[in-house]
Amino acid sequence: MTTQDPIYKTDALIAEDIDAYLETHQHKTMLRFITCGSVDDGKSTLIGRLLYDSKMIFEDQLAALEADSKRVGTQGGEIDFALLVDGLAAEREQGITIDVAYRFFATEKRKFIVADTPGHEQYTRNMVTGASTADLAVILIDARKGVLTQTRRHSYLVNLLGIKNVVLAVNKMDLVSYSQETFDSIVADYKAFAQSIGIEEFTAIPISGYCGDNITANSENTPWYTGTALLPHLEAVEVNNTADQDKSFCLPVQWVNRPNLDFRGFAGTIASGTIRPGDAIRVLPSGKTSTVARIVSLEGDRELAVAGEAVNITLADEIDCSRGQVIVAAQDPLEVADQFESTLVWMDENALVPGRAYWLKIGTQTVSATVQHPKYEVNVNTQEHLASKTLDLNAIGVANITTDREIPFAPYAENRTLGGFILIDKMTNHTVAAGMIHFALRRAQNIHWQATDIDREHHANMKHQKPAVLWLTGLSGSGKSTIANIIEKKLARMNRHTFLLDGDNVRHGLNKDLGFTEADRVENIRRVGEVAKLMTDAGLIVITAFISPFRSERDMVRSMMQPGEFIEVFVDTPLEVAEERDVKGLYAKARSGALKNFTGIDSPYEAPMNAEIRIDTTAMTADEAADLIIARLIP
Amino acid sequence: MTQKTLTHLQRLEAESIQILREVVAEAENPVMLYSVGKDSAVMLHLAKKAFYPAPPPFPLMHVDTTWKFQDMYALRDKAAAEAGMELIVYQNPEAKERGINPFDHGSLHTDMWKTEGLKQALDKHGFDVAFGGARRDEEKSRAKERVFSFRSANHRWDPKNQRPELWSLYNARKAKGESVRVFPISNWTELDIWQYIHLEGIEIVPLYFSAERPTVERDGLLLMVDDERFPLKDGEEPKMRSVRFRTLGCYPLTGAVESQAKTLPEVIQEMLLTTTSERQGRAIDHDQAASMEKKKQEGYF
Repeated sequence: MTTQDPIYKTDALIAEDIDAYLETHQHKTMLRFITCGSVDDGKSTLIGRLLYDSKMIFEDQLAALEADSKRVGTQGGEIDFALLVDGLAAEREQGITIDVAYRFFATEKRKFIVADTPGHEQYTRNMVTGASTADLAVILIDARKGVLTQTRRHSYLVNLLGIKNVVLAVNKMDLVSYSQETFDSIVADYKAFAQSIGIEEFTAIPISGYCGDNITANSENTPWYTGTALLPHLEAVEVNNTADQDKSFCLPVQWVNRPNLDFRGFAGTIASGTIRPGDAIRVLPSGKTSTVARIVSLEGDRELAVAGEAVNITLADEIDCSRGQVIVAAQDPLEVADQFESTLVWMDENALVPGRAYWLKIGTQTVSATVQHPKYEVNVNTQEHLASKTLDLNAIGVANITTDREIPFAPYAENRTLGGFILIDKMTNHTVAAGMIHFALRRAQNIHWQATDIDREHHANMKHQKPAVLWLTGLSGSGKSTIANIIEKKLARMNRHTFLLDGDNVRHGLNKDLGFTEADRVENIRRVGEVAKLMTDAGLIVITAFISPFRSERDMVRSMMQPGEFIEVFVDTPLEVAEERDVKGLYAKARSGALKNFTGIDSPYEAPMNAEIRIDTTAMTADEAADLIIARLIP
Repeated sequence: MTQKTLTHLQRLEAESIQILREVVAEAENPVMLYSVGKDSAVMLHLAKKAFYPAPPPFPLMHVDTTWKFQDMYALRDKAAAEAGMELIVYQNPEAKERGINPFDHGSLHTDMWKTEGLKQALDKHGFDVAFGGARRDEEKSRAKERVFSFRSANHRWDPKNQRPELWSLYNARKAKGESVRVFPISNWTELDIWQYIHLEGIEIVPLYFSAERPTVERDGLLLMVDDERFPLKDGEEPKMRSVRFRTLGCYPLTGAVESQAKTLPEVIQEMLLTTTSERQGRAIDHDQAASMEKKKQEGYF
């Protein structure tokens, strides 16, 4: 093993003139990069080597490492650099890296943050996470194996996340006798592939992480290689944070700073461009304009702020602006839309449910959004497009997304901050997907609402009633349909115009194309919700009787209606009681396995948490229940 | 067009400020845990910058063990007052009653005062987000922890079930009872911290600078006799040595290093030329290789 000169920690300068050293080091830049490769490619060894050669490993850590290497190392008692970076105890036992870990080291010129992520296909989400903040990617190849499926997968993901600086590190050159021929042929293979997926440029370097060749300095073992070694290359590569300054100004408002009545500052991190006092701005989506009055900071007002800085600005005029809105250069506003085509990387154990509402967080804004059926899924190994009904953990696909309101955005390829988003499950609060906006769909602009002269108020007035939706939810056999029927009869006697939508009946017509999978159940409820909405527009009191097992869909229907119009009625019957009644004989079938996805048996029922009305069917008759509900509807 | 290349410290500062503001925008009842060390000092300074001209809109909380250095208590009260923030000091009443101390109770001391004390304090005040000054370069299990790190209703950390964190988008949503520990200076290294303190002129506890202090040597650690509670063994006599501290904790658990570094540049110089990592002076991490990960799962910060 060759030991490199400690050129990356200039002990002499530190010892002689610490002030001069500090002065230089305060002007260092920062590069964030990701290393892609599998355990076998020697990735951890390379990172361990970078830390070691840049003297980021202290004696006590080295001693612990030596002890560990003897105990569990894979290098026959020699120092196993991989042990340095495989952090969690579980991982060390399994000998694999299962998460994203961040490592730090610094040289004379730069501070580096390395995202260390596993390379296996089942860890696509981790690699995507690491790549999302990287300026550069190092793609490792085992010189003995050449370009493999995993190389293609890593390259595809790197390109997908928009990383423009790619280093192809052909590792383990010591095991192929430092052969130039091997190196050249791997580079030629890779070049052909890279171009086919849109990677225009890359830098190939022959290295050995284990022996230290071409890491900090050019190695004598590869005299034929005339390019720079890995670390000097990482030090010299141009970082992107100045490129963003050339774009037009854009500041997503993160927090409104209002310590007293005389001060109102808009705090946030500049996503692109530069700003000066006096610049004309526009607030999106409202479109209101003003000019920048001050750029306020603890050290005093500033004359200029640039992309990447966290600022607090005040405006010359009192205009409405709050968290989630975006301040942009007045002459150069962003697009605003509510339908997008996007790439999605699915990150959760629970697969995508098309049609279900998720939280979508983009910039500083969180909105409700639904995802359509994927147009296609991408096979990350071959980049082929496959037909797919959903997206499972680690799947990547393209789908249209609809948000519940218009949001300012930019295509991801132009701006990571305004084009990258996450989806959050409304129930579990998990981050379930990462998304990248391609473009807005024009459909939203093309389908205009037809303004009608006789509006919903007119319809309701003619019927002398206030439209409403009585939404009965509960287990199969809980008594929903029975109660709904009685309600309708009683309301008819009171001269109310009603309509009863019943689960079984709807499935014979409107929804006969749907089954009982989670996705179909979501679509079932969505359609019923839309129909109920049209009926309330027509002035009717709508009574529905659907199991509607998922909280998020019931909430979705609630959000379609006017405030106060949706009345959720939880028909609360314990499973044992419903099963014992088993009016339609369905529980028996479900228990025997003849009926799949049956709510309460092998499919969950999420009880309402804040239903307007709860009916305990073990404590009252169906008739009493109907009276109670009507009393609530017509006080 | 004007170009301005941001330095690594400027990029780190911007990232930390964004994190601090995001929490204030999304949390119901945040608090900043303040340990009076250099990392806490930097975190507090960043909070002042993030919310200026308003004071940071959350209280500072010190989970006290009653065994910190006297100098730390002095700076703690001063720093909170200067920032215009409420200071909450919490001491686990059970630990107090049982007289738990680092001399007689070993790891129970950390467990009761710090781990249990922290949980009690968070529950008592109903804080849903707690800022902490931990850095990823400190320790291997920290390197994998998210910036927004979720805790179950009983404060446990599940390293295998962490939410993915992409770009600078943080998902702060949680169910009732769950809480989040947020680490705004995750991506700073020890050197970054020192450089920033130097550049911004941030006040830190004088114990970081060397001075003549009364010390005794025990189990390979140089311990400072900070008050009369230190039980001296027979024949043991505190000796004046020129020492300083690289990290600060409970004085009977924190090893000093012999040093002549009296100014910040000298401290940084010594740090850069040293051959041991900063956690070596802490008795808490030595137990076993994965000790920190285990402690964190149990709720330790």
